[in-house]
Amino acid sequence: MTRLAPPALLVDDVHKSYGIHEVLKGISLSAAKGDVISLIGSSGSGKSTFLRCINFLEIPDRGRFVFNGEDVLLKSGQGGRAYPASWRQIERIRTGLAMVFQSFNLWPHMTVLENVIEAPVYVQKMNRKEAIERAEGLLAKVGLYEKRHVYPAFMSGGQQQRASIARALCVDPAVMLLDEPTSALDPELVGEVLKVIRDLAEEGRTMLLVTHEMKFARDVSNHVMFLHQGRVEEEGPPAQVFGAPISARCREFTGALDN
Amino acid sequence: MSSTQSMLELLSPYPPGWGGVLLSGALSTVMISLGAYLVGVLIGLLGATGKLKGNRPVLFVLDVYTTAVRAIPELILIIGLYYAGTDGLNRILLSLGLPAIEINGFVAAIAVLGIVQGAYMTEVLRGAILAIPVGQIEAASAFGMRPFLRFRRIVLPALMPNALPGLANLWMSVTKDSALIAVVGYQELALATRLAAGNTKHYFLFFLAAAALYLVITLLSNVVFGLLESRFRRGQPKTA
Repeated sequence: MTRLAPPALLVDDVHKSYGIHEVLKGISLSAAKGDVISLIGSSGSGKSTFLRCINFLEIPDRGRFVFNGEDVLLKSGQGGRAYPASWRQIERIRTGLAMVFQSFNLWPHMTVLENVIEAPVYVQKMNRKEAIERAEGLLAKVGLYEKRHVYPAFMSGGQQQRASIARALCVDPAVMLLDEPTSALDPELVGEVLKVIRDLAEEGRTMLLVTHEMKFARDVSNHVMFLHQGRVEEEGPPAQVFGAPISARCREFTGALDN
Repeated sequence: MSSTQSMLELLSPYPPGWGGVLLSGALSTVMISLGAYLVGVLIGLLGATGKLKGNRPVLFVLDVYTTAVRAIPELILIIGLYYAGTDGLNRILLSLGLPAIEINGFVAAIAVLGIVQGAYMTEVLRGAILAIPVGQIEAASAFGMRPFLRFRRIVLPALMPNALPGLANLWMSVTKDSALIAVVGYQELALATRLAAGNTKHYFLFFLAAAALYLVITLLSNVVFGLLESRFRRGQPKTA
């Protein structure tokens, strides 16, 4: 497959260990603009760690990271491990990689609207009025316009997660990283969040999605990666990974979770 | 009747009444406390950050500081820091060939009490920072916030609800600890009271008046901290 534009995100051969335990044993990924890539696998397979290495919330031991053609500069630190050469570069790139967390992580001392405009105003230096307009539009889109002056603690989990998706959208990220966005939700609230994510996929948002929602991953993504013990055990279009996986483990995993 | 009248005369803010002396003493107490408190908050923020993020030498110095200050009785610390501090400073000045200086009692009181407050603040603020769910700080990082911006916009407002009860305690104690400054001769409320009482021999009256003034300071402080707490807890449900 040849692509003319550089991929929005290219990650090559990522390794990460905690002590002697190697959690990531060389994972690579390439996301073109508009791609929705789902990362699936059992707990401890390394999928969340991999996602967190991409925006350097976890510092990978080695690997290559290219965002829109820009290489992340790494230098070797203690024990030959990679270390960001410039935190400024990381901070700049992070802004283009908004993250949605499993436990929402909205800032509790700010209203929903304040949460959403925080990064645009204070990191991207957007005009406050403009940011508010933009944020109100996004909150309307996720169905929270009426709740914009409410503090997160007074909302349901589903509402908080939708607010955190609006917060991520407001920085207009090149790639969105979603780390198990529905895993902390009560079952009856999962649907409203998945609907928002589905809309984003249909709009052509580039997303990396770590999830346990197998049906959703199959419907919404154009590429699925099944991770097992820090390696990509199987990857391909959802029809292959869910329909006719080569790996026996993958067949077992997807079969066990998706009947 | 006449005794009530003479009491009022004694408490009158204008000489020969001693009310003015007491009130200006109370003002000194508040000013010293405010100054020491601010110095303490600054030391505390630096100390807490150092204890959480610092390397070994920094940790060692901070541990010695907080342990020593919290282990030694405050009165001894105040006398020690005051005399050793002025003496040490003058020795340094002397060795640099500069003339000795008389250290302003007000500044010395703030410095000494501030150093004591700082040790307690360090621990209060360290605990308050540790109590912030790590995800909130990660979210700030994930949106590209630089460390200082992250501290100002996310960490500081998030630590306040956790820190305020402890910070209020420290404020209440510094208003009273400032009375210890009397031992080095700086005239705040406690010393002013002793002066008035000694001169008039109306001990009971003046100590009662001083107690009332301390009570007023405390009650007003309660109101202020109550407002601060409801402000910083605005995002949290009432029953948590």
